[in-house]
Amino acid sequence: MTGTTSERGLRLPRYLREDAAQRTPVGFPGYRSTALRAPLRTPVDLPHRLTEVTGPVLGEDRVRPGDADLTLRNGGEAIGQRILVHGRVLDSDGRPVPGALVEVWQANAAGRYRHVVDNWPAPLDPHFDGLGRVVTDSLGRYEFLTVKPGAYPWSNHHNAWRPAHIHFSLFGRAFTQRLVTQMYFPDDPLFGQDPIYNSIPAAARHRAVSRFSLERTQDDWALAFEWDVVLRGSEQTPFETDDDGDVA
Amino acid sequence: MSGSVPDPLDVPPDPAGPLQPRSGRRGSGFLTEPLRLGTTPSATVGPYLAIGLTWADGAWAAAEGTPGGFWLRGRVLDGAGDVVTDAMVETWQADPDGRFPSPEDPRGPSSYPGFRGYARASTLSGEFAVHTLRPGRLPDGRGGLQAPHVDVSVFARGLLDRVVTRVYLADETEANAEDAVLRSLPEDRRATLLATPAEDGYRFDVHLQGDRETVFFAV
Repeated sequence: MTGTTSERGLRLPRYLREDAAQRTPVGFPGYRSTALRAPLRTPVDLPHRLTEVTGPVLGEDRVRPGDADLTLRNGGEAIGQRILVHGRVLDSDGRPVPGALVEVWQANAAGRYRHVVDNWPAPLDPHFDGLGRVVTDSLGRYEFLTVKPGAYPWSNHHNAWRPAHIHFSLFGRAFTQRLVTQMYFPDDPLFGQDPIYNSIPAAARHRAVSRFSLERTQDDWALAFEWDVVLRGSEQTPFETDDDGDVA
Repeated sequence: MSGSVPDPLDVPPDPAGPLQPRSGRRGSGFLTEPLRLGTTPSATVGPYLAIGLTWADGAWAAAEGTPGGFWLRGRVLDGAGDVVTDAMVETWQADPDGRFPSPEDPRGPSSYPGFRGYARASTLSGEFAVHTLRPGRLPDGRGGLQAPHVDVSVFARGLLDRVVTRVYLADETEANAEDAVLRSLPEDRRATLLATPAEDGYRFDVHLQGDRETVFFAV
């Protein structure tokens, strides 16, 4: 692995520091809730030491039987368009991340979350709780069966609607790789008015959108959408660096 | 570029090998740099995070009854000074010997009885609470030692990415004085990273904004 630093003889991976032009800012003016929450000071660069390059081991013990099939809950079948969501978890060097915990949550087919704060007049589904968990296989692959989430209104601005999305939470190998994000569906007409989607720099927005997958679509059963998640990989630099990451 | 230039048409036959991501738009088809996939952009956890991220055992970085266990508690406050009740706070830290239960620790993964090193807690009640152990000191890469610290991520509606900070313990005066990260900060800012001793452990408030805005780190 390139991008390592010496830690009293220890070789530590050094993780990529992402280009600000490619990553979602913490705050975004069009998303009202960020106004009093997103920190205003510039964050301080933290060197990647032992705490940052390690991370918890969270695997199959976090997953219960049935967690990869969100369509069956409470002894019945959820209403909605059945979809298989699949893909791989990779790092930015293109290496699969096996054994990674993937936690997902979403609204039901009508666009309603099973949560006390969500009380807009769309029906709850007694057979859908919107929670799924899977662990990637030895090739970094994951898949789960669910129903396509509906769009829903929110109070950010007049007639604001969130495009259909599934929330993803991922652990890689290291604290630096932790990611919580949202997966969208292709060609959603609601993208243009959604500040959460548009807070992603234009050059990176397509990476939040899944792709319709005819190959995995199952006849007489379910549509399929494919989405790869790319976590930060190693810093690749042709230069020698000192312990602070400065070019020596 | 020096060295070998990857051939964009040289698709590895090994399914475990590096592959192009399959989502959204494709690249140009020409590689002018080492293979580097664009990372997936983050997004807010939103207001409904409890559906997906609640763990019954989330608070226990150290299991109940572990000798030396204490509670790290605190609030998350917004720019108006209001308590944020829909955040999730995650912690990750070394065990009391300065080792990690992680295969990524180049000194080898450790196993400290009852210690997971990782916790997550919601702020629904007005404060988060994590049960843990006093972390050990760690090499700082310059022949010195880092002071005991806990890496913290805060996720919430209104934060499009996690914010990262570090908790240091206010009563580790000597170790803190030697810590390269703390030393690099102005005195008044340093104080925002210090957890103060409390009845059953330590208290650490996160100020997302304001005069006492916590020092947040880019990792």
